[in-house]
Amino acid sequence: MKVLKLLLILVFALLLLFAASDLPFRGKADNQMNQRTSMTGTEVPGNYYIREAYNDAHTPNIVTVVLGDYRSIDTLGEQIVIFTAGMITFLLLRNRREDDER
Amino acid sequence: MLDFFMGHYAYWFTMILLSVGLYGMLLKKNLVKKTIGLSIFQAGVILFFVSVAMKEGATVPVKADGLPVSEVANYMNALPHTLMLTAIVVGVATLGVAYALLIKIYNRYGTLNEEELLDKIQ
Amino acid sequence: MVFGFYVIFHGHYSPGGGFQGGTLLAASLLLVRIASGTKIANLQFKDYLATPYAAIGVIIYFGTGLLALIMGGYFLDYEQLPLPGLEGADLRYWGILIIELGIGLTVMTVLVLIYDNMVKGEDYA
Repeated sequence: MKVLKLLLILVFALLLLFAASDLPFRGKADNQMNQRTSMTGTEVPGNYYIREAYNDAHTPNIVTVVLGDYRSIDTLGEQIVIFTAGMITFLLLRNRREDDER
Repeated sequence: MLDFFMGHYAYWFTMILLSVGLYGMLLKKNLVKKTIGLSIFQAGVILFFVSVAMKEGATVPVKADGLPVSEVANYMNALPHTLMLTAIVVGVATLGVAYALLIKIYNRYGTLNEEELLDKIQ
Repeated sequence: MVFGFYVIFHGHYSPGGGFQGGTLLAASLLLVRIASGTKIANLQFKDYLATPYAAIGVIIYFGTGLLALIMGGYFLDYEQLPLPGLEGADLRYWGILIIELGIGLTVMTVLVLIYDNMVKGEDYA
């Protein structure tokens, strides 16, 4: 069983390394991600953010603009996830004490 | 050849990190060590996204004087940075949930070893 | 703690923002908790206040979006916020700052909450 798991991990690592060798060169400015339009002809969002972020919100930090403005509903979801995680730890570890007192 | 290596070594590093995390999750018996493996796996994913966002000759996505925003090549892609920023904080919160569950398990069964735990449950 | 506030409010001009600032604030609170125990740390930040503050952070964010909705825009459309003397892109600037404050408050209190509950759970083991 242990040998099987090790073999699985080895195959996983080799597969990922093989797949990573086919990725585009890291940091080249003419990668697909950095083009103006994508393969299907629509505009790439990364470029739009860089060009229009300061005009839209007068905020120099582009990451903040994307986080707070363009993807604000996503960020609201993330915040609710964090809040729920805090509530889960609170409830999980509080019931324990009440069990003891009973 | 060297060019190929310089273009891909960051990807290979993150793939090896993913494998280390998977090793921790599959082969370790202690549940805390499994959680650490999960955390390493997550770090691998985050590093992969950040290394994808890198662009040569570009600066961080904060508007600076003398670098016009109309020229896209001046700034890195901001989208992966944003996604990973939220992913890191959510990862910390879920890790807190995992450890809360582990504390509950330890309080009830007195062990964190996977096999002993299965015996005690049966 | 001052550095955490600096990171939140200066996040518009340099790398930073609500998530990072909230984490730094939580680190400053947790350092006191680790160093001097729960009793002294409760003088600084009461542990039962953590949950209401986290809820307030979520409500700040959601309320900002809802206010924009009521004022006639889309949900979380900052240009419709009723702040006096500003319009257009400057209004978006302030809207982002408000929601970053909400995020920072939630992240800080939730991290403190997780630590407190873990310590409490250990005590009853």
